Amino acid sequence: MVRNAASKAVAPTLTQRSRKSARMRQFIPLYLMLLPGVIYLIINNYLPMVGLLLAFKKVNYSLGFLASPWVGLSNFTFVTKTQDAALIFRNTILYNIAFIILGNLLAITVAIALETVTHKMFRKVSQIVILIPYLLSTIIISYIVLGFLSHSNGFINKSIIEPLGGKGITWYNQPKYWPYILTIVYLWMSFGYSSILYYSTLIGIDKSLYEAAVMDGAGTWKQILHVTLPCLKTTIITLVLLAVGRICYSDFGLFYQVPNRSGMLLSATQTIDTYVYRSLLELNDIGRSSAAGFLQSILGFICVFTANMVVSKIDNESALF
Amino acid sequence: MITKNLAFKIVMYALLAFLVLACVMPFWMLFVSSLTSETALAKSGYNFVFTEFSTAAYEYLWGVRGSILRAYGMSVLITAVGVSVNVVLTVLFAYPLSRQDLPGRRVISFFLFFTMLFNGGFVPTYMVYTQVFHLKDSLAGLIIPYLLMNAFHIMMMRTYITTNVPKEVNEAAKIDGATEVQCLTRIVLPMSKPIIATIALMALIAYWNNWTNGIYFITTRTDLYGIQNYLTSVMNNATFLQTHSMGSGVNFKIPNVSVRMAIAIIAVIPVLLMYPFFQKSFVKGITLGSVKG
Repeated sequence: MVRNAASKAVAPTLTQRSRKSARMRQFIPLYLMLLPGVIYLIINNYLPMVGLLLAFKKVNYSLGFLASPWVGLSNFTFVTKTQDAALIFRNTILYNIAFIILGNLLAITVAIALETVTHKMFRKVSQIVILIPYLLSTIIISYIVLGFLSHSNGFINKSIIEPLGGKGITWYNQPKYWPYILTIVYLWMSFGYSSILYYSTLIGIDKSLYEAAVMDGAGTWKQILHVTLPCLKTTIITLVLLAVGRICYSDFGLFYQVPNRSGMLLSATQTIDTYVYRSLLELNDIGRSSAAGFLQSILGFICVFTANMVVSKIDNESALF
Repeated sequence: MITKNLAFKIVMYALLAFLVLACVMPFWMLFVSSLTSETALAKSGYNFVFTEFSTAAYEYLWGVRGSILRAYGMSVLITAVGVSVNVVLTVLFAYPLSRQDLPGRRVISFFLFFTMLFNGGFVPTYMVYTQVFHLKDSLAGLIIPYLLMNAFHIMMMRTYITTNVPKEVNEAAKIDGATEVQCLTRIVLPMSKPIIATIALMALIAYWNNWTNGIYFITTRTDLYGIQNYLTSVMNNATFLQTHSMGSGVNFKIPNVSVRMAIAIIAVIPVLLMYPFFQKSFVKGITLGSVKG
């Protein structure tokens, strides 16, 4: 009796266990599928995270990274001893603020324009054409900019300034013009993308809202103010916050290749990304480069994290987490 | 919007017309300038109207066609390999993540997602690839870093599978004795064709347009350069074309000014020609990828 009861009590746990291991075994193919991706993430993403510690070392290639001596914060002295840090952080953040404000204003306007246009063919063509710049590499864009700004052959010098009796401007030598040039180039290459995003929200708006507004006597501006913009609110907030999350990062090609790598423009074109690249590969200053990169990664993380917390409060669907 | 405000309509039409022109005209300028003689370019610069027609730039580029075709070939090779591996990795990662019953799914999701929040940045990544894996001056250096997998795309694909492939279909297949691999290849893949096409297109554009891996990881083996890096070299190194034309035995003077525009045209034309065919997928990729899929 007792024995029987005991074996009855043991038997289920045994089958449970074997059932559990059989269950786990059934997932082995799925884990194997994940394996290549996991290895890639370790190599491409997680090893470099560990590598951030290089910022606190004096790297000596012959000793290797592990044996290189720790030097505390001495790589970070460029922050206090030079103007570099202030300059690159100022440039990166100010450019991003200008890009966010102007980019979104332009994109919303274009989205409304696309909706206003009733000529079907024209609307279709516009939608297709405004995305072309977004499709191009920054190299092609830098050739286009060169076509306009080249000192001796550029369209602006040769066809606008000189015929008007002015003297050609040496664009690639004078930093003062570049905040405007880079902003225009940025808007040119990216407005199509964000316009299409806003437009895809706009066409989802219930037409009866507009009809009701018209019944209440709302004109064009009132409709934009009281129907269109409120309906776009979540998209606007999401796009702005996601951009704020990336405020410490910049488009490397835009700031490095479009100004034609000109050293004379650095005060206006140097951002954290170009500074890190130049310090490492052009000046071989790995300490300073990794220190600047370290600051960017940490501040970047704080920005993304905060921005996403706010996004998820406002619109859970659009947040990254 | 319902508007009878004519002035508003005119302004909106004009704005769009202006922007459409702004997107197209620069290419017209490149095109016209590439077909203008050096002397006319020296006098009136890059322009939108033909002054003195000349095909010297293209004749010259025909002379160095070996190096240009080679760069194109490299671009095609890098893109083909990169996109194929990218799509395979994405599918293999997204399918298990879409399975609600997979133990540890949340941990793996976070493992993927954390890479979108935090990254080591350029210096450590460069060190990992050059000092640990020695990818410098190799084809792998143009394919593997940064581009091989995109966390956004994986999350897009995972969401697509969970919402479009009913769990029941998978379970029924299992009861009929299908393995996980068969479920993936016979059920999930055929049902996810649209999203795979979109992801492949986005990866294709990323690889085709990439030039940063070239300047990061290639220092001496410029023969590995794709077309984008070829363009970078022509722009930044006045003697680049000269050294390339030596080998092909071209010895007339390089029409430097028009050649720059001609080479940009040669690089951009395939993209513009292909664009109408993939335009729909491209727009879909944009609207899907912007916000969490």
